[in-house]
Amino acid sequence: MSALRIRDVWKRYGALPVLKGIDLAIDSGEFAILVGPSGCGKSTLLNIIAGLDTASQGSIEIGDRPMNGVAAKDRNIAMVFQSYALYPSMTVRQNMTFGMECRRVPKRQQVEALTRVAKLLQIEALLDRKPSQLSGGQRQRVAMGRALVRDPLLFLFDEPLSNLDAKLRVEMRMEIKRLHQRIGSTIVYVTHDQIEAMTLATRIAVMHLGEVQQFADPDTVYNKPANLFVARFMGAPPMNTLPARVVAASGGLFAMIGADEIRLPLQGTTQAGDYLDREVVLGIRPECIAEHNRRFEDGGLLVEAPVEMTEPTGAETIVLLRLGGHEVLGRVAPDIRLKPGERARFALDTRKICLFDPATERLIG
Amino acid sequence: MPDSRLLSRLAIHATLIAFAAFWLVPLLVVVLNSLRSTEDIAHGGVINLPHQLVWSNFSQTWSSYCIAQHCTGIQPYFWNSMRMVIPATLISTLFGALNGYSLSLWRFRGDRFVFGIMTLGVFLPEQMRLVPWVIVLRDLGLFNTISGLVMIHIVQGISFTTLFCRNYYVSIPPDLLKAARIDGAGFFRIFWRIVLPLSPPILIVTVIWQFTGIWNEYLYGVTFSSGENQPITAALIALSARLSDAPQYGEQSAAVLLAAAPTLLVYLFGGRYFVRGLTAGAVK
Repeated sequence: MSALRIRDVWKRYGALPVLKGIDLAIDSGEFAILVGPSGCGKSTLLNIIAGLDTASQGSIEIGDRPMNGVAAKDRNIAMVFQSYALYPSMTVRQNMTFGMECRRVPKRQQVEALTRVAKLLQIEALLDRKPSQLSGGQRQRVAMGRALVRDPLLFLFDEPLSNLDAKLRVEMRMEIKRLHQRIGSTIVYVTHDQIEAMTLATRIAVMHLGEVQQFADPDTVYNKPANLFVARFMGAPPMNTLPARVVAASGGLFAMIGADEIRLPLQGTTQAGDYLDREVVLGIRPECIAEHNRRFEDGGLLVEAPVEMTEPTGAETIVLLRLGGHEVLGRVAPDIRLKPGERARFALDTRKICLFDPATERLIG
Repeated sequence: MPDSRLLSRLAIHATLIAFAAFWLVPLLVVVLNSLRSTEDIAHGGVINLPHQLVWSNFSQTWSSYCIAQHCTGIQPYFWNSMRMVIPATLISTLFGALNGYSLSLWRFRGDRFVFGIMTLGVFLPEQMRLVPWVIVLRDLGLFNTISGLVMIHIVQGISFTTLFCRNYYVSIPPDLLKAARIDGAGFFRIFWRIVLPLSPPILIVTVIWQFTGIWNEYLYGVTFSSGENQPITAALIALSARLSDAPQYGEQSAAVLLAAAPTLLVYLFGGRYFVRGLTAGAVK
């Protein structure tokens, strides 16, 4: 069953379109993430799903029920806001039961739901406090609690972790994931943070300029980005992209980069033959460029390249090197000490190379 | 260096004290005269210290002094003003809060225009509105009634109260309303349960503003009411009309002080909330 269906949704402010024909189908129990840079329309789309904003065109179905003209309160949804939006004058308990009170849920049922959720989120001790007496993480929990007591068809999260500091964000991220695994509800989650998208989602919709660039599971989005935007947006550091030429030689097709004429065997792409002797954009993830003694399956490929700069992070070292004259990033083991200016040998994992059409910027399958 | 700083401090304080004293002279004269007998004033002049403290001026002015052939003191006029100011203040504040709430948090097409028109009332001079009000009061049969004055002050007050409340409510985050709408609350429930509990700072401001403004208002009082229906500001003038025959500065000073007492008390108790409320945002 699809929990949410979005069909050809457009949103225009005056003549300016901010959403250009969004089509998405989200299954029941899915953790769908809308990710993209600010201004890509993801929050607008979430507000339209919630019924807080109206689409200029197109339709929304929640639980197979058309939602055109249905008020936010009647959509069987709950929402968690970036600012938490807790009612400042109410206690945590009142905050959480306000929705049920508005819906005239019997008192006994309210208490039951409150007890269940407070226990689930471990906020029993906070119930009589005001939001101003809570820390950021506690507010976040209460905001989720307010959504959970309602037991809706669809949970909407609008950048819920953006206001937390880095450490707490990672903790809450794991907690949200654990929560989803326990209660199995359908979640639509908006974020600009691609790491959040990768770690939490069952499927990711990458948005840019009011369009969905790709809607797929995290593995596919990461390894087979639909176009150059997705390739450069997902991953930190992002995928290296550099001009290359498809050539044929003994043993099959190769991508040839730059003046050094480095040849990378093409294994993953089936349609590379269509681009024989033509320019393409080659994409290679930084983790596919490693220190020379790293063993990749199928042997990998050894190249020598000048090191420009290193960024040790502790767990690994990011290296800026020149491959065929182009600056690319690699990730090497932290105990490898490379010096800027020297030439070093690197092992390349060529299995996950992606090729993109330079004109359409689309992935060559 | 410390010496020159001390000197400049002293200069600043001396100047401020001098100005404050200058400012307070009229009040001082009125307070002193309210405690003097008529003979004392006639003998020693209007600006002088009391020869002997006389408290009877207050009781006489309150209940037996004659104003325009009615020897009831200012008491009935005082209560007229109360019957006017309390409902007018409360109702105009409530309307202002509702208007401000819908103009700031339920944005609609043309809301800025509506807001502009409403606040235009702040800038219209009182005299300009006299004739229209005469027509309205006449047609409604409310001429020379307290209810008529209440209505005028409610309608006129809405400009200010809307302006105050709207500017305060714009600092309420829109997410709060979105959350409440998803929770299933409607326009009035959100107002009562979420917005109003955040409002005390600005409600205190509008109540003080409206109370002092309506209490002190004179032009409408004297134009639209007469005789027993006048508010205290209008009655005070009738009282000073007797100045020509035998000046009774003592009683008149006491009347002025009694008439000023409510607004003075409101200011003393609410003054600090007034400043705090004007500068506060709704949600920290």
